[in-house]
Amino acid sequence: MSSYGKIIRKKDLSILQKTYIPEILKGLRITIRQMFRPTFTSQFPEERFKPDSSFRGRPVLVVENGVERCVACGLCARVCPALAIEVQAAETELEKERYPLKFEINMVRCIFCGFCEEVCPEEAIVMSDEYLLVFSSQEEALFGKEKLLKSTEDLKERLEFLRSHR
Amino acid sequence: MIKIKIDGKELEVDPKLTIIQAASQNGIEIPHFCWHPKLSISGNCRMCLVEIEKMPKLVISCATQVTDGMVIKTKSEKVVKARNAVMEFLLINHPLDCPICDEAGECKLQDYTYKYSVGSSRFQEDKIHKPKRVELGPNVMLDVERCIMCSRCIRFSEEIAHQKVLTFTERGTNVILTTFPGTRLDNPYSMNVVDICPVGALTSRDFRFKARVWEMSSTESICIGCARGCNTNVWVRNNEILRLTPRENKEVNSSWMCDEGRVNSFKFVSNENRVNGPMIRKDGIHVEVGWDEAISKVVSELRTYRKHEIAGIGSAYCTNEDNYIFSRFFKEVIGSANIGFLQHTKSGDEDDLLIRADKTPNSFGASVVGVGGENGTDGIEHIFKGIASGAIKVLYVLEDNIAANPRIAEVLSNLEILIVHSSTKNETTKRADVVLSASTFTEKYGTYTNFNGYVQCVRPAVAMIEQERAPDRMSMSRWDKFAARNDTWGKGTKRDARSSWRIIAAIASAMGGKMKYAAAEEVFKEIAEHIPAFKGLSYSKIGSHGASLKKELIKTSKL
Repeated sequence: MSSYGKIIRKKDLSILQKTYIPEILKGLRITIRQMFRPTFTSQFPEERFKPDSSFRGRPVLVVENGVERCVACGLCARVCPALAIEVQAAETELEKERYPLKFEINMVRCIFCGFCEEVCPEEAIVMSDEYLLVFSSQEEALFGKEKLLKSTEDLKERLEFLRSHR
Repeated sequence: MIKIKIDGKELEVDPKLTIIQAASQNGIEIPHFCWHPKLSISGNCRMCLVEIEKMPKLVISCATQVTDGMVIKTKSEKVVKARNAVMEFLLINHPLDCPICDEAGECKLQDYTYKYSVGSSRFQEDKIHKPKRVELGPNVMLDVERCIMCSRCIRFSEEIAHQKVLTFTERGTNVILTTFPGTRLDNPYSMNVVDICPVGALTSRDFRFKARVWEMSSTESICIGCARGCNTNVWVRNNEILRLTPRENKEVNSSWMCDEGRVNSFKFVSNENRVNGPMIRKDGIHVEVGWDEAISKVVSELRTYRKHEIAGIGSAYCTNEDNYIFSRFFKEVIGSANIGFLQHTKSGDEDDLLIRADKTPNSFGASVVGVGGENGTDGIEHIFKGIASGAIKVLYVLEDNIAANPRIAEVLSNLEILIVHSSTKNETTKRADVVLSASTFTEKYGTYTNFNGYVQCVRPAVAMIEQERAPDRMSMSRWDKFAARNDTWGKGTKRDARSSWRIIAAIASAMGGKMKYAAAEEVFKEIAEHIPAFKGLSYSKIGSHGASLKKELIKTSKL
């Protein structure tokens, strides 16, 4: 006991304080006031939250005029701290010369850091506003090109956000 | 020897050298694009400018000879400024397509831009556009926009490959590298221009867009396309070999290798046609079996026949270790002198630079370690006659497609048992009773002896079922290092094969012979002890650049 020193109470509680009634009323006042304020709770999954354009959802590949912008340079795969991305390039007759024959993101590995988007020289991989990712197996979490390709219209907000913050 | 001073460092150098040679010999780096140690000096890139005291202007170090008392500055303010200017000029019209360019990651222009350029450009006009995707020849693709006009490829083609087809046309910023009308860059060494190109203007059509350079691991090896044994690097990603590049060795291949070796000598390794695990013929068809079953099958077959009914054909495609163990197995365990090996020469297909008519990597070594010639063995002719007459009933073949030889194919049906080591399914394995899957030169340790008696090492670059990448200390790419169980990448096909010497040693032990080796290095140690020509050699002495045999100690006359 002695090691903690002497217990000092500066002042004894008054009678009113000892009843706790004023404090309870104070708390009730806050509770009741909240009842009449607008609520923030959304009824998920019936109601869906629409993230702001600065939100980093799952990465997707931008499709412009029917062709993905990606030239399969592999920088996203190189910079990815979680090694989630695998790219295999191949030659195309288009002016861009290269295209990704295979582009696979392992969404179990992905940490949504956005480095791939930042490093991309073609603005071809961007973070979308999609955050609902459910898998029932490891294989399902491998997103190939068919799941990654998204048109510029769908990604308009994010692309505009990226332009304004360049 | 004369005394010069580079960056305040006093050096004693040969007066015949140029400044850049003297500097590189002493570990001082002077940036350069057009200068190449194996080519003539052209002095057009202006990147190697240095300041010399008492000289009014900067000079190019690649074309200036050292003189006594010369004081050279490679990092003075004047030099740095000049370099920045050169880089700025080069980058004016250089396209920013590094993401597409195959050279990215091993590009001199990229490296020097980081090291020696200011990092910004004052050029605001449009870049000049030039032809892209020009097929210069069967193996080389040209992108003129990326070219910085160093002329290394032109000089290589003229001076080393002796084919004058490349030239510059136009003037100033419009200069275009092109071939003369009606000609193509199709000499047998054309792909070396891809290596010496400091930018991505010249790219390999074979390797084009297959992988980024930083995704691959590189392993020091040699090319097995012919008896030259050019030093190479084997580039592997996802356990698949994607390309070979030459590695400098002045004793063997200088800095070059031929297109045939570069493009075709490694493709069989990841071919679908590979033998994957040992096979035994059961009721007429090949059945895949385990190693123990295959080995005991071979042992029981060999025991049923008398020793003079058994013959062995070694292989000039195999390493010294494989052939040595093979010959010991025949002489000591089986007790038969019926060994020989086939030569594979393509007369006429040779030149003064690298390509040899002997299309096997180790015929010299095979004869020295005792599977041919007059070294106590009877040679291939004797075996051939024996099979034809029916005296030889069992043939044990090391990695060689003997059935492709019409003389042997004809008599092959005389045999009762054919045992074959092979990495690939071919005519011989089709007719074999036992096929033992042998690992290739990129999957094992071993040594090859080139036509000149120069012994060189190969190391595993591709992981196998019985040979893991990390525990066996193979070179690893980032993918190899971090691939987890559930990742799809970094996990190319792993095959089931063993080094031939290991298979034979297991058979020999089962037959009562004393052959226990933990590694190829131990086999080589024994070779060095028993065969005079190999005396004093070891893996550490051979290292990555090889070592010469003592040719005067070779007993065999047939070489």
